[in-house]
Amino acid sequence: MNQRVAVCAVAQIKNEPDIWYKRFQGMVLECFESIVGQTGVTFDMEKGVRSIVSCSDDVFDARTISDNAINDAAGAYFRGEEKSAQDGANALAYAMASILSGHDDLVLVVGHCKESQTESRRMCTNLAFDPFYGRPLGLDYLSAAGLQARAYMKNAGVSEEHLAAVVARSREKAALNPFARENEAVTEKDVLQSPLICDPIRSLHQYPVTDWAVGMLLCTEERAHEFTDNPVWLTGFGNCMDSYFLGDRDLSTSTALQRAARRSYAMAGIDDPKTAFDVIELNDPYAYQLPMWAENAGIIPEGGAGKWIDAGAMAARHINPSGGMLNGNPIMLGGLARSLEVVLQLRGEAGERQIENATRGLAHGNTGPAGQHHAVLVFEK
Amino acid sequence: MGYRQKNRHVGIVGIGETKFSSHREDVNQPEMVHEAVRQALDDAGLTINDIDCVVHGNMELFEMVHQPDMWHTLGTGAYGKSSFRLTTGGTTGGTLVSGADNLVASGMYDVVLAIGFEKLQEGHTTGGITNMADPLWARKLQSGALTAQAAVKVIAEFGEERARRAAMAYRIIMDKHACKNPNAHRAFHLEWDQMEDLMENSPPLIGDLRLIHMCSQSDGACAIIFASEKKAKEISSKPVWVRDHITVHREETLNLHNNYYPIDTTHRFAAEQLFGRNGIDNPLEYFDVFEMYDPSAWWGVDWLREFFLLEGDEHIRMVENRDIMIDGKMPINPSGGVISTNPIGATAIIRVAEAAKQIRGDAGEHQIPRNVEHGLASSFGGTMWTVLHILEKELNW
Repeated sequence: MNQRVAVCAVAQIKNEPDIWYKRFQGMVLECFESIVGQTGVTFDMEKGVRSIVSCSDDVFDARTISDNAINDAAGAYFRGEEKSAQDGANALAYAMASILSGHDDLVLVVGHCKESQTESRRMCTNLAFDPFYGRPLGLDYLSAAGLQARAYMKNAGVSEEHLAAVVARSREKAALNPFARENEAVTEKDVLQSPLICDPIRSLHQYPVTDWAVGMLLCTEERAHEFTDNPVWLTGFGNCMDSYFLGDRDLSTSTALQRAARRSYAMAGIDDPKTAFDVIELNDPYAYQLPMWAENAGIIPEGGAGKWIDAGAMAARHINPSGGMLNGNPIMLGGLARSLEVVLQLRGEAGERQIENATRGLAHGNTGPAGQHHAVLVFEK
Repeated sequence: MGYRQKNRHVGIVGIGETKFSSHREDVNQPEMVHEAVRQALDDAGLTINDIDCVVHGNMELFEMVHQPDMWHTLGTGAYGKSSFRLTTGGTTGGTLVSGADNLVASGMYDVVLAIGFEKLQEGHTTGGITNMADPLWARKLQSGALTAQAAVKVIAEFGEERARRAAMAYRIIMDKHACKNPNAHRAFHLEWDQMEDLMENSPPLIGDLRLIHMCSQSDGACAIIFASEKKAKEISSKPVWVRDHITVHREETLNLHNNYYPIDTTHRFAAEQLFGRNGIDNPLEYFDVFEMYDPSAWWGVDWLREFFLLEGDEHIRMVENRDIMIDGKMPINPSGGVISTNPIGATAIIRVAEAAKQIRGDAGEHQIPRNVEHGLASSFGGTMWTVLHILEKELNW
């Protein structure tokens, strides 16, 4: 692999609790038009986009073949379109593979999800469990996270106070992000006093219901100059699947993330992840997951998360300047939201929350109950 | 620049298909998936430890399992491995092959296992398909995959008698092929002298689409192992090479593009593009086998013309002359095709698996009785979506 893959442009709409006034096709179309506007990219068969990778989910869209509905809004009319039905980090990675394979030189990635239109997140994620053991127990992603939070916090020395600091900081950072979901600022005390929804997870420990759409244009190294003066390079990727039954896993740690990270660092040629990144976006639908993923991605020593939060390292290491998943992105799109922030930071387009001289960043995504599947991407300027 | 050559060649080194039937009640979903994976590994002489990456796909709303690759890890063997989940409706199986091809050719993975499955008995297939249609203005009109559009079109062009006979001849040929395939779901042992009776008395579904014309609703899984050229040659004495693939979708929700491509079907457009860039001038002459995603006999007849870029009644004559039979000039679906077996998320990957088996020459009783070097496999899905794959016996293009 001598080639690098370029991210030429990114587009997004604002994260909102309920985009009742627009269909998801319209949300995708906005991103599509923004990408075309920024880059002048065409969709002709010779030099245009012939391949689109989408990210969405049939269950959350309540729609068989959810990508069918956005086909023309994504420019896929008489073009190739393939859907990655996992966290969006894998959609980016699949686009990357399509380019590195030589089969494509220009790929548009789009993702959409309206969590607001589902009757219940609990119902959708209960359906991710097998009908014999998991579903009758009432498991959903929240209860799986509850079990994991217990197992992890005990081992890692992470307390409720630590989680309160994570949540309060997420809201602070998101307030600087014009595309972030607009949430009320909360104090650590508010978090500590918010109602328990699945012991030990409190309501403010969980990401809120959010609607969002996103687009990115990727291409080969040699064509990047056609679309941007400011490309960001996608240089590393790794992902990994964990075992299915929660009881088969040591929930207090994530070997899947450890392996995904190792694979990604190996591809990007990174020796020490503790010092390699100027910006790190970890996908944290639940507050306890931010320190947990930081440990498993090798950013901090295993078991040191509590002390790490106390020492103010989240700020020092530039973790989740976007506000993270905790502030609100729809499920499925977490990895794309994380990647988008890293790209903006590396391009120097992050506005008030810009990290100075950021040259290398990590973006992470996860799918399934208690992070059964993880993906890690490395971006460089 | 347009289309470019892949950065490295990719070969098929292992194939596994379950027994297909209407009710695989003897297995749950991961067990059924495991059956195909086990077979593919045995076929390749590999163990699960040799697999770098697993690509999984189906249509979630058929079985109502959200992100089923999580649970299916028990059957796919994806634990500890890289994995992707790609789904595009009926074309899912084809997308899995394109995806595996891309993932191996990219250099990111050397050995990739692709798995398509469906267990349609556990859901409501027609309800699932109907749910694809736009809830505001199309869902109340959609009748699952049941449509007589192709029948109306073929009848309008060639007259009732000739069109109906062609569709039923196609159907009987597919059944004769299915009878040779031990995995096939439906194999009725139809005889040519039943033609008039079936044309008259098979229960009508919609218009001229009758029950006998329509594909089945099946349970089953199919797994294929793909490897880089170097690995493929080490693993297999007869790898089948994936030469090229193309995906062409269309679905008008917002009517943004209607002025641009008013004429072609996605099948014809895909075939023109794919054959053009691979220098295949006469596909009918070039290919030795075509495994077509043919959800009904009417579509099967009509689409022959599209895929082979034919004009006039050439496609009807292919059926009338029985050129499409296993020992004919252009064998179509020696496996029995989709009308006999349709576990939707697996259906399109089965097309590639079956074409590859024909090229390897080990398809068993439904092996085409002459040398097969060039294979074509199609996938169909959504409203009018196409994925096409060219498979080759030799690395010489």
